[in-house]
Amino acid sequence: MKTPLVSLENVSKHYKDLSALSAINLHLAQGEVLGLFGHNGAGKTTLMKLILGVISPDSGHISVMGIKPDEKSAWHMRAKMGYLPENVMFYEQLTGLEVITYFARLKGHSKAHAKALLEQVGIAHAMARPVKTYSKGMRQRLGLAQAFIGEPKLLLLDEPTVGLDPSATAEFYQSVDELKTQGTSVVLCSHVLPGVEQHIDRAMIISGGKTLALGTIAELRAQANLPIKIKPHGLNGSLAHDRLLQPYLHGADTLYVPEQEKLTVLRQLLFDDSLRDITVESANLEQVYQYYLAQVDKIKMPSQSESDSENNKAGA
Amino acid sequence: MREIFTVANKEFHDGLRNRWLLSITLIFAVLSVGLTYFGAAASGTVGITSLSSTIASLASLAVFLIPLIALLLSYDSFVGEQEGGTLLLLLTYPLSKNQLLLGKFFGQGSIIALATLLGFGASALLLFIQHSDVAILETFAYFILSATLLGLSFIAIAYMISLVASEKSKAAGVALITWFFFALVFDLALLALLVGTDSGLSQNLLTLLMMLNPADIFRLVNLAGLSSADVNGALAVAIKANLSQAQLLLILLGWIMVPLAIAAVIFKHKKL
Repeated sequence: MKTPLVSLENVSKHYKDLSALSAINLHLAQGEVLGLFGHNGAGKTTLMKLILGVISPDSGHISVMGIKPDEKSAWHMRAKMGYLPENVMFYEQLTGLEVITYFARLKGHSKAHAKALLEQVGIAHAMARPVKTYSKGMRQRLGLAQAFIGEPKLLLLDEPTVGLDPSATAEFYQSVDELKTQGTSVVLCSHVLPGVEQHIDRAMIISGGKTLALGTIAELRAQANLPIKIKPHGLNGSLAHDRLLQPYLHGADTLYVPEQEKLTVLRQLLFDDSLRDITVESANLEQVYQYYLAQVDKIKMPSQSESDSENNKAGA
Repeated sequence: MREIFTVANKEFHDGLRNRWLLSITLIFAVLSVGLTYFGAAASGTVGITSLSSTIASLASLAVFLIPLIALLLSYDSFVGEQEGGTLLLLLTYPLSKNQLLLGKFFGQGSIIALATLLGFGASALLLFIQHSDVAILETFAYFILSATLLGLSFIAIAYMISLVASEKSKAAGVALITWFFFALVFDLALLALLVGTDSGLSQNLLTLLMMLNPADIFRLVNLAGLSSADVNGALAVAIKANLSQAQLLLILLGWIMVPLAIAAVIFKHKKL
C-alpha cells in the first residue's frame, strides 16, 4: 500500500475552553478526493488549518507528504499545496491578473502561469479589470485559480462551489476530476451539496469536533441502513390492500423499504400488470448526513455528562 | 529573498496606485518650497530665507506630518489583510511571517523614503541653485535622512498596532492616539517636568528622556546644528546635548529596529 499523503493520528485542538477537534484520525491517499461535511463550527476549517500547518495540534500527530506541516522544514512543501479559504476578499483595487500573478510569484511561478490559470477557470476576459468589479461567482473562480497555482499535490477547498452557477459548478467538478487523474488529493469541505457524491471517493462527517462517520458513500449508506424509496406508478391505490407491501407504505403510493427487502418488494410490484413505471431512489448524501447528525443528538442525551465533563465551564 | 521582493514590489505598487507616493511627495514639496520662500514673511521679507530658519520651520512641521503620514500609510497593513482573509491565505504560502513583515516594510518604506527625497529634495535643489552653497546640500541631506528614518520608525510602530488590533477601525483609533502621544503629549509632559521641578532635572536626564520619542530625536538631529535664535521651547535646553548627529541617527535607527522586532514577535504569536 502507498504511504498516505496526509495522515492525522488522534489529533486534538482546543481553543481555550472550546474543544475544536478531538481525536481525529484520517488518512488520505494520493489522488483521493475526500468530502468533509459538517455544519458551521463543526471543526472543518480548524482541520484544514491543521493540515496547512497554520496552527499546531494540542495532541496527536499530523504528517503531510511525510513532514509535520507546522515545522519550518515544511515551507518548501507549501508550494505543493493549494488552499481556497471560505471567505476571502482579494485585493479589491488590483486586477484579477495582478492578484493571481502576485500569488503565483510567491510560489515561484510566472505571470504566464497566472494567465493560463485565469483561462482555465474562465475569467480571462475580465483579468484586466479590478477585482472590485467582479461578481460573486467571478470572485469564487478567482479564488479557485489561486488554489490551482503550481499544480498542487494537495488541494484544500473550503466551500468551493458557493456562488457558482450550475454550469460553473459542473466545470468546477470537471477540474476536480481532472486533477484527481493527475494524482492530486483533494479535500472538499462543504455543507452537503447536491451533485458532490459522484466526485468524492470518501466522505467524512464531523460535528462538534468529533468524527461521526468516515467511509465511502456506499459504506455510510449501508451503515446508516436508510430505507430505499420506491414509487410505483399506475397501481391506482391497490398497494394499500397488498399484505406484503402495506407495512412499507407512506402516503398513497410511496414505499420506504429497507435495503435487504428491496428485491422482494420489486418482484412483488412487477407482478402487477397495471404497473406503468417505477422509480427507485437510494438515500442521498443529504439524508445520510442528516441521519448521522440525528444519531449524535440521540447519543448526546444519556452520555452528556461523560463527554462534557472536561469542559463543563464552556457548557450551558 | 524572492518572497520579500515580491511582497515589497506589491506594496510599493499599491502605494503608487493609491496615489500615496504622489500625495506625500506633493505635500512635502509644497511645504518645503513654501517655507523656503515665505518662511520669513512674518519678519517682513519675502524671498529665500536663511538656511537655519528654513530647516527649523521645516523640522517643526515635518515632526507632526511624517509620523501621521506613516501611521496612516501602514496602520491597516496586517489587520486589513486579516479582515479580508488574505493574511491567512498568505501564511499557507511558502512565505515566512518575517518575510511578509520585511516585504511590507521595504515596500511601504520605499514609498516614504522616495516621497521624502523628492519632496524635500526639491527645496534643497531650489536653495542650492540660488545660493550654490554646499552647506545647504549637507544640511538637507541630514534632514532628508532623518525624516526618512522617522517615517520608517512610525511605519514599524504602525505594524505593531496593526498586528495587535483585531479590527481595522480599532487600529485606526490606536494609531491616532499614538500620533497624539508622540507628537504632542510627550513634549508637553517634558515641559511640565522641566517647569515643575525647579532644579531636579539635569540636562542629561532631559536628553535621555527625549531619546524615548523618535519625533524628539528627529528634532534634535536637525536643530542641533542651528543657532538657538531659531529654536524655542524645551528643545533649546536640550540642544546643547553632548550627542553627535551620527549618534542621534543611530538611536533613530534603533527606533526602527526595536518596533520591527517587537512586531515580528507579536506576529509570531498571533492566532489566526
